[in-house]
Amino acid sequence: MRAAASRVLPMTTTPIAAKYETVIGLEVHVQLLTERKMFCGCNAAYADAVPNTHVCPVCMALPGVLPVINRKAVEYTVMAALALNCEIPQFSKFDRKNYPYPDLLKGYQISQYDLPLSQGGWLEIEVEGHEPRRVGIERCHLEEDTARLTHRTDAAGESHSLIDMNRSGVPLMEIVSAPDMRSPEEAREYLVKLRQILRYIGVSKANMEEGNFRCDANISLRPAGASEYGAKVEVKNMNSFRAVYHALQHEVVRQTAELDAGHRIPQETRGWVEADGRTVSQRSKEQAHDYRYFPEPDLPPVTLAPADVDAIRARLPELPDAKMRRFEGEYGLTRYEANLLCESRARADYYEAAVAPAGAGADDASRRYAKQVANWMLGDFARLLNAAGSDIADARVAPADLHALIALIEDGTISGKIAKSVFEAMFDSGKPPATVIDELGLSQISAADEISGIVDAVIARNEKPVADYRAGKQEALKFLVGQAMRETRGRANPATLTEILKAKLDAKA
Amino acid sequence: MKLERDAVLHIARLARIALSDEEIETFGAQLSEIIGHFDTLNAVDTEGVEPTAHTLPLRNVMVDDVSRPSLPQDEVLALAPLAEDGYLRVRAVLE
Repeated sequence: MRAAASRVLPMTTTPIAAKYETVIGLEVHVQLLTERKMFCGCNAAYADAVPNTHVCPVCMALPGVLPVINRKAVEYTVMAALALNCEIPQFSKFDRKNYPYPDLLKGYQISQYDLPLSQGGWLEIEVEGHEPRRVGIERCHLEEDTARLTHRTDAAGESHSLIDMNRSGVPLMEIVSAPDMRSPEEAREYLVKLRQILRYIGVSKANMEEGNFRCDANISLRPAGASEYGAKVEVKNMNSFRAVYHALQHEVVRQTAELDAGHRIPQETRGWVEADGRTVSQRSKEQAHDYRYFPEPDLPPVTLAPADVDAIRARLPELPDAKMRRFEGEYGLTRYEANLLCESRARADYYEAAVAPAGAGADDASRRYAKQVANWMLGDFARLLNAAGSDIADARVAPADLHALIALIEDGTISGKIAKSVFEAMFDSGKPPATVIDELGLSQISAADEISGIVDAVIARNEKPVADYRAGKQEALKFLVGQAMRETRGRANPATLTEILKAKLDAKA
Repeated sequence: MKLERDAVLHIARLARIALSDEEIETFGAQLSEIIGHFDTLNAVDTEGVEPTAHTLPLRNVMVDDVSRPSLPQDEVLALAPLAEDGYLRVRAVLE
């Protein structure tokens, strides 16, 4: 039994870490949410476009055209760099990266080589159960995306390639981390955090499945305690955070086995094959790349004065970590709650809007609303959103209506139990709680005369329990209360109901 | 400075052109002369002169983020030697 159990245990890095240390660096490419492309006027939103309809002489590289820098792409890159604690040099330039491949019709990509828009930052990550750690950011630079290639094989078995240039020239930001991560878990955490920040500042959709957030990983192992890095393996073809995590886990196991067997690990590029759950060597017949970088003669350099950088910094919203700490302090939330509520800016904004009428503060009412809104959002609301597969940004319930619902529970108009049904109706219809309660006839009945009538009917219909109660059986009272509640579909105020029922039973005794 | 045969072949491969032995000799000699010219340039005293990649005193030539209409697809495809289903068609390329 025990042997079998140990076989199915998930692989942990602990026994491996004892012998080798894992070293991971990530290279992330992110499409920026600009309207036009990086260097021409074509619309950058190509996702649902017909092939080759977002194309002009500039992105097609016709002779004699001149690229011009999209100001917003520069600003977005600086925003992201600032959010990642990078330094912004005053002088930056673009360079040509030459390579002959049909995904770029120019025969080169405009990128940044030795003087990028930013360098030297960090991102704090926290793997559950470990202390927070800083991962270094080497640089954030700006370049252009390539065309999309697809490959076809005709009936005769001959293959050819097809080019769609719509993506070619879309602004692409490259974020290079330092080789600071020590486990696949840390790599995953880095990606989650990076995506969260990019979405918060609104510079990218940062969706890996949609292809506007891409990640290549460098991973090597070295004997524990060694200061030199081992041979670096570059892993590509990962299309989700899960894939990155699994590919890196696979590499740790594979490289450990190679080293244990006394083999040398060659420096190479490997592709993740999702279906097989392993990486395979992508042997390229080409020799080492010779990109022959040189300064882009068509684009004058970019200079950013400290005042320009400050102006961009002023546009940064509150970042996730700062917001989380504020939520903990201001609203008295647990770290767990604050973390979940700050996961996206839309969720955090919704939370604050729903709490707002009560105000943030230390008084009882404010704290109660702060907690109640959190409970709804992380409970029933989250459950319904999940089930509907939708996001809070598209929810039909207005924040003010969630607040109003809680107010109706607070003043006794509805019970907590009924509130759940009311919320479900609000979620489906987008109607305010008062309307839903009216339409469904769900408001709590507190009026003594209305309850009195119901109690009389229940007493008349339940001779045996009434007799039992009068004979001293207290449990019979619970049964009668239950009957009366059923009669009102749970709407009767329980305290008023019990009081009236008891009074009537005792009076007639 | 004389460019070795291997260097000439490497440059030819980067330019995706095939050279005959005779051409390797001819272009090798010509390229060597061009490279040699840099020795002349290197002789100039540039002490205290900032390196530059641009000769014009331009900075920050940028445009606002507003898109413009692109070309009609048929005009784009008409420029390609081969097209198929709205795509440009080329010989098979694989990573």
